[in-house]
Amino acid sequence: MKSLSTRRRHPLAAFVVLALALAFAGTLFAAFLSPSSASADSGTSNAQAIANGKALYETSCSSCHGQNAEGSSYGPSLVGSGAAAVDFQVSTGRMPAQQPGAQIQKKAVLYTQEQIDEMAAYIDSLGGGPAVPDSSKYQVDDNLVQLGGVLFRTTCSQCHNFAGEGGALTDGKYAPSLTQTNPKAIYEAMLTGPQNMPNFPDSVISPMEKQAIISYIVTMRDEPNYGGAGLGRLGPTSEGLFIWTFGLIALLLFAVWIAAHTTKASAERVAKAKAATGAKGGKE
Amino acid sequence: MSGDMTHDEGHGSVAVEQEHGHGVVAENPFADPGLPEHQPRLTDIDEKVARKSERIVAGLFILSAIATIAFMVCYTEVPNNTATIVNFFPIGAISASNFALGLTLGVALFSMGAGAIYWARTLMTDVELPQERHLLESAPADKAAAAAEFQQGLEDSAWKQRPLIRRTLIGAMAVLPLPALWILRDLGPLPGTTQRQTAWTAGELIINDNSISLDGTQGSGIKPEDLQVGTLVSASPAAVLTAGDNAVDMMTMSAILLVRMNPADIKSQQEIDWGYEGIVAFSKICTHVGCPVQLYEQQTHHMLCPCHQSTFDLSDNGRVVFGPAARSLPQLPITVNADGYLVAKAGFDQPVGPSFWERG
Amino acid sequence: MSTSTSNEEIVPTTLGGKASDYLDQRLGIAGAAKKNLRKIFPDHWSFMLGEICLYSFIILLLSGIFLTLFFTPSMGEVTYNGSYTPLDGIKMSEAYASTLNISFDVRGGLLMRQIHHWAALVFVMGIMVHMLRIFFTGAFRKPRELNWLIGFTLFVLALLEGFAGYSLPDDLLSGTGLRIMQGIILSIPIVGTYLSYFFFGGLFPGHVLIPRLFTVHILLVPGIILALITAHLILVFYQKHTQWAGPGRTNENVVGLPLMPVYMAKAGGFFFVVFGFIALLGGLVSINPIWDYGPYVPTQITAGSQPDFYIGFFEGALRMMPNWEINAWGHTLSLNILIPAVVVPGILFTGLAVYPFFEAWVTGDKREHHILDRPRNMPTRTAIGVAGIVFYGIGWINGGNDLVATHFNLSVETITWVDRVLIFVGPVFAFWLTRRICFGLQRRDRDKVLHGRESGIITRSPEGQFSEIHTPLPQGDLHKLTAHDVHRPLTLTEVTDSNGVPAPKLRLAKLRARATRWYFGERVEKPTEEEYRHAVSSGHH
Repeated sequence: MKSLSTRRRHPLAAFVVLALALAFAGTLFAAFLSPSSASADSGTSNAQAIANGKALYETSCSSCHGQNAEGSSYGPSLVGSGAAAVDFQVSTGRMPAQQPGAQIQKKAVLYTQEQIDEMAAYIDSLGGGPAVPDSSKYQVDDNLVQLGGVLFRTTCSQCHNFAGEGGALTDGKYAPSLTQTNPKAIYEAMLTGPQNMPNFPDSVISPMEKQAIISYIVTMRDEPNYGGAGLGRLGPTSEGLFIWTFGLIALLLFAVWIAAHTTKASAERVAKAKAATGAKGGKE
Repeated sequence: MSGDMTHDEGHGSVAVEQEHGHGVVAENPFADPGLPEHQPRLTDIDEKVARKSERIVAGLFILSAIATIAFMVCYTEVPNNTATIVNFFPIGAISASNFALGLTLGVALFSMGAGAIYWARTLMTDVELPQERHLLESAPADKAAAAAEFQQGLEDSAWKQRPLIRRTLIGAMAVLPLPALWILRDLGPLPGTTQRQTAWTAGELIINDNSISLDGTQGSGIKPEDLQVGTLVSASPAAVLTAGDNAVDMMTMSAILLVRMNPADIKSQQEIDWGYEGIVAFSKICTHVGCPVQLYEQQTHHMLCPCHQSTFDLSDNGRVVFGPAARSLPQLPITVNADGYLVAKAGFDQPVGPSFWERG
Repeated sequence: MSTSTSNEEIVPTTLGGKASDYLDQRLGIAGAAKKNLRKIFPDHWSFMLGEICLYSFIILLLSGIFLTLFFTPSMGEVTYNGSYTPLDGIKMSEAYASTLNISFDVRGGLLMRQIHHWAALVFVMGIMVHMLRIFFTGAFRKPRELNWLIGFTLFVLALLEGFAGYSLPDDLLSGTGLRIMQGIILSIPIVGTYLSYFFFGGLFPGHVLIPRLFTVHILLVPGIILALITAHLILVFYQKHTQWAGPGRTNENVVGLPLMPVYMAKAGGFFFVVFGFIALLGGLVSINPIWDYGPYVPTQITAGSQPDFYIGFFEGALRMMPNWEINAWGHTLSLNILIPAVVVPGILFTGLAVYPFFEAWVTGDKREHHILDRPRNMPTRTAIGVAGIVFYGIGWINGGNDLVATHFNLSVETITWVDRVLIFVGPVFAFWLTRRICFGLQRRDRDKVLHGRESGIITRSPEGQFSEIHTPLPQGDLHKLTAHDVHRPLTLTEVTDSNGVPAPKLRLAKLRARATRWYFGERVEKPTEEEYRHAVSSGHH
């Protein structure tokens, strides 16, 4: 027994055991209980994907978009929207929408990429439409940044602002910020024109031009604010707000410091000083 | 008497004799008690504290000098390029050179000022002193003397005796500044009819702005099948590709937008006729004060201008539905040429852009 | 130790003494030095606001000179190939390219640009705050009306100067502002198109605008501003600064600290503090990052296009104006632009400029005033000022209505409509509320004089009644709180003469009587000495 107690447990031992137990349980859960496992393992064929997608569609989408994606008063027809549109809307969490309306908010994503691909395959099977771009189309190319900037300012900045911070549209709608959007979603948005955004098919903005725009957006959002704190990259409004709050208060505080009455010595200190000079005088 | 005004002051500060009886108050309780006696600061009475103040002031000046030298060192030693970044919370990544130079310069100046102020507040005299003001108005004698001098000067000039001189002088002086205005005539050309003209004529090819090369000399046309319902294209006349120095001015007047709508959504027959299979072209220049209108909402068909929020309904002749613009957006009639490209069918039927006096 | 009489020659021994003597022998400066070296200035933080303007102007001059050494005021097109790669190979004006050059290829260039722009914002902000201080304390009254007019002119020039300055780099954002200005000029009746073509050398944007703005910005306007600031300061010096009422302070003196050494140190120190603060901003907070905006192309634009804050009011006014336009007899009158950009600012600015004369007419006060008013003691003036601030502020906020919309999840249309109503209702409400607050504060002062300050100490009388002890105010405070004038409305003495003929200028006199009744009809009287004695003798609570 003594040998056991000589190998005292490390104080963190309990936590290590707990972590291991959780990991084990989690793995079991993932292996046997998570919904995606069934289709992930099975190496689906296209027909299988469409069938799965149809099932997902009927559960989550048909109440607004119609039993056969023909549309209803709550949502437009998806026939001909294409896989890219589905991929964009669902992978950014916009769909399934909380409520019908002109502005659909981004929110938590409810499906795995697997499931999104299946829904996309289903919608694509109904009427074709723009396909999901392959990753080479939205890679950042440093040589295209300059062209991308010109194109961005010609076509995008009027809604999304010069730094992609977003902007107001009519009746409470808005063009969202692009500073966190992933490149694939940007490509798909240009291609499919989600909600009130106009669409820009490849005949109007070529794939190379789209890639240039994406290269510019990603490069700019990673770019440091050379001059200092960026104040939100919203332009002179935030600069004015800053100077009238922080700047004015600081300057007024300096002025108050300069002109304020200096602290006077307390009565005891004055008396002490008088006594000290009196004593000195006495000494002389 | 004319409607005269009397002014009643009611400023009661007349001295009053002391009251008898209980609750005595000094005469004139609101009178000015005079400057309060000076109360010393610690630095006035305690040499140790004063020396500490001196050291603080000196320290601030020394800090300033150090920061000044640091500025000059940073100028040469901190590389000034877009790659040299410093990153700190909460500001994030910023230019190292700008940060270093700004910080050192700021500290150098600020501590110089802080030292001077601290010196003034703690060690310089803080005894408040009065100084008399003199009434600004001059004494009557001086005013009379000045007037007399002026009168003498006037008499010496023969101004009063020679009225002809006065009148002709005033006349000549009145016109003398006019050449200063005249020579400004060549600041610019007269407007003539140029404010009404754009580069659009029948058959002019429509160029996709996104296709224009960086040097501005090449660009490609647009075919109807390039656009789907909901597509927006910013476009210019082909003439800008060969306009050289005038390209920018031309683009400013002639910029257009193409959108494709479902013809069933278009409310005006003229708009359908001036379009091509649901593709319509409108001037891009806001009729309010001239910003490019470009925020297109494909479901509402509204075109919003980001400057002052004028909103135009592109499905209804570009009519203004909100905002300060008073005129609808002019539409450009378009058609397709022999090669299948979209071209203008004619020029605009009205001046584009902001209104002006002669517009009518 | 020699004592010199007034007529003996003084032989200077120190370097400073020798230098002063050299100058005196040629300029006779000793008299001026004698009078002014120990000039007294009163001490209060609110007296330092004008200094903020002065110092930021000096900073603008210094940093501006640096910028002119590197900036090219030309709209000629060049292809950029400097250090900022996202714009490499892009065509742009030389003005924009040289600004990029200053920002990325000149050491300290970005710092100087940012110091210059922050100083410009501080300059205009300082002018506004300083002007409001002068207004609310009545420092514009005789003999300072001229200085008010000079200051007002400086304010207008500062606005023009700032607008011209931030338009020089020819970037997308400021170019949009120039386009708007051109649209406004076009709307001017009769001469609009001519003015626009003369100003821009033809169509917009043309090729001459930036060089012309450059001349205006570095030569014409700064020259006028410098001359006016000099006149402004000479007047302050000569007429002496105003001061607050208080013990020892009268309308016939100035109480404070001497120029040498105290104000030299404090004012000089404040200059370095303001400069240092702006330099720190230049190093730590980004302003006007023109490389993000891109070069100006008239067919491009960004969402959230706003001007610098001091143009915000005009921007907001343009946005909220209904789209009224009159087309008649082949001509167009653009009320939707003229009213917010020309008529309303014209009325506002004219009102601001002539206010001292209007108030003098209302009060009939022809005396010199060197003691400041506490804002509460002039309730109508204060309320007018607050109403003006509210009016201006709502216009300003509406200038950013799209940013307000996106940040607070509202619609631009709703905000515009709310502001259209508020800009009328708000100032009226603010006027009423401010007057009530002023009267309340005046009554409180009155109570303090008569009954003293609440001490927080509760006593109980033998009968069992609780009451709070009030400490009486010291004499200095009693004086300060009763030193002001309580104005009364002017009365109309004679309306008609003995024959029943109405007096000339009667309408104007009646209007004046009504105005003074509006100003002073309701007022709080100062406590009289009898009331004070009565309050003291009847025992403190």
